[in-house]
Amino acid sequence: MSQKVLLSSKEIHIILHRLACQLLENHLDFKDTVLIGIQPRGIFLAERLTKILKEEYGVKEIKLGFLDITFFRDDFRRGDKTLEATKTQINFLVEDKKVVLIDDVLYTGRSINAALTAIQSFGRPLEVELLTLIDRRFSRHLPIQPNYRGRQVDAINDEKVKVMWKENDGKDIIYLINK
Amino acid sequence: MSELSVKHLLGIKYLNEKDIQLIFETADHFKEVINRSIKKVPSLRDITIANIFFENSTRTKLSFELAEKRLSADVINFSASQSSVKKGETLIDTVNNILSMKVDMVVMRHPNPGAGIFLSKHVNAAIVNAGDGAHEHPTQALLDSYSIREKLGNVAGKNVVIVGDILHSRVALSNIFALKLQGANVKVCGPKTLLPKHIESLGVTVETNLRKALHWCDVANMLRIQNERLDISYFPTTREYTQQYGVNKALLNSLDKEIVIMHPGPINRGVEITTDVADSHQSIILNQVENGVAIRMAVIYLLASKIK
Repeated sequence: MSQKVLLSSKEIHIILHRLACQLLENHLDFKDTVLIGIQPRGIFLAERLTKILKEEYGVKEIKLGFLDITFFRDDFRRGDKTLEATKTQINFLVEDKKVVLIDDVLYTGRSINAALTAIQSFGRPLEVELLTLIDRRFSRHLPIQPNYRGRQVDAINDEKVKVMWKENDGKDIIYLINK
Repeated sequence: MSELSVKHLLGIKYLNEKDIQLIFETADHFKEVINRSIKKVPSLRDITIANIFFENSTRTKLSFELAEKRLSADVINFSASQSSVKKGETLIDTVNNILSMKVDMVVMRHPNPGAGIFLSKHVNAAIVNAGDGAHEHPTQALLDSYSIREKLGNVAGKNVVIVGDILHSRVALSNIFALKLQGANVKVCGPKTLLPKHIESLGVTVETNLRKALHWCDVANMLRIQNERLDISYFPTTREYTQQYGVNKALLNSLDKEIVIMHPGPINRGVEITTDVADSHQSIILNQVENGVAIRMAVIYLLASKIK
């Protein structure tokens, strides 16, 4: 197994600020917008963007939720092991809101497909956008594309993109791992 | 990720502590789901479940059916009173006929102890025991423990007394297994005629004085007097039973602490507990009903993940 650094901490820092600015440009005061981090790894990205928007760009209030998609996945019973759920924490309605789904890596698109179904349990959004830090662009199984992307990566199927966050893994770094 | 150690849920006796914790953690997620405005997830859309009830039931059957539907399973219901069982068909023939319709899971209630175990050896489907005679009622015991955990934070170390007809109660036996497995201290209380011989061998203590038992406990699980199973007289009159083993508000108020009151239902109001106790803030009877759906969703979800 070999690994190379895809993005360093500094590069991640710059990309996060760019993504925050792009969100700000489209959603202004976030009055009608909610951010939804997809469990388990998208929540770190969602929290980080929220922090930047609040602390560095003065957005007063942002509704941030975490969505678990386990029960909505289409691969239930296909794997060897039972799918383990994580916590959903959405304390607001998404009815008529602009929803931004946030995940770290966009790969086959199946997780986002599940998230699109799952989010409807919380109301009918006005529109849904997708923000992803890494877009593995030639790996899609479904016609799903991000509205905001940090970095586009052409990785083959044997390769894995591993995103590490300071909050969870001790440092911000993204590796491309050859299995 | 962990998974259940069993393919069927035949009784608490066959589970280990990790299984119970996994069911509880999964139920936590389903509790969140059933409190959403849209209470349904598509996890089991390719699974068909048959609810086969050879004995009358209202709340258990409704609870299972709701749990299955909220997981998006296809559900068929079968009730022995309106079926070919009346014409002499055997249990295996009945179930095999149902399984020929490509059913993946069977939820069964049967008046004979061990019916689920027997069935699991003869048919190729996941079996969930929804009560087999006076033997076990595992999902009820799981939801009872889950409700105690929710109310008191933990089951380990808690003092739980099970009051009433222990002899005929599948709820009592499954509860004893589940509570002991999680490290609770368990006492049974009732008239001697309704306490099985050698019950202490299950690791519980016996008390025939209700007041003493209530003084000792954190939780009192009040069982229903099962008139349909009382083929002989086990106590002189219902009135006398109520005087000795019924819980009323005055008795609760006379204790120097507040205990949690549970009841698996249906309640004989004024017999095991009075209306003011059943409806008091100490009672978690309606929480038990709500938790029942989440627990059954968890059990069905975890067993379905093992169907290949």
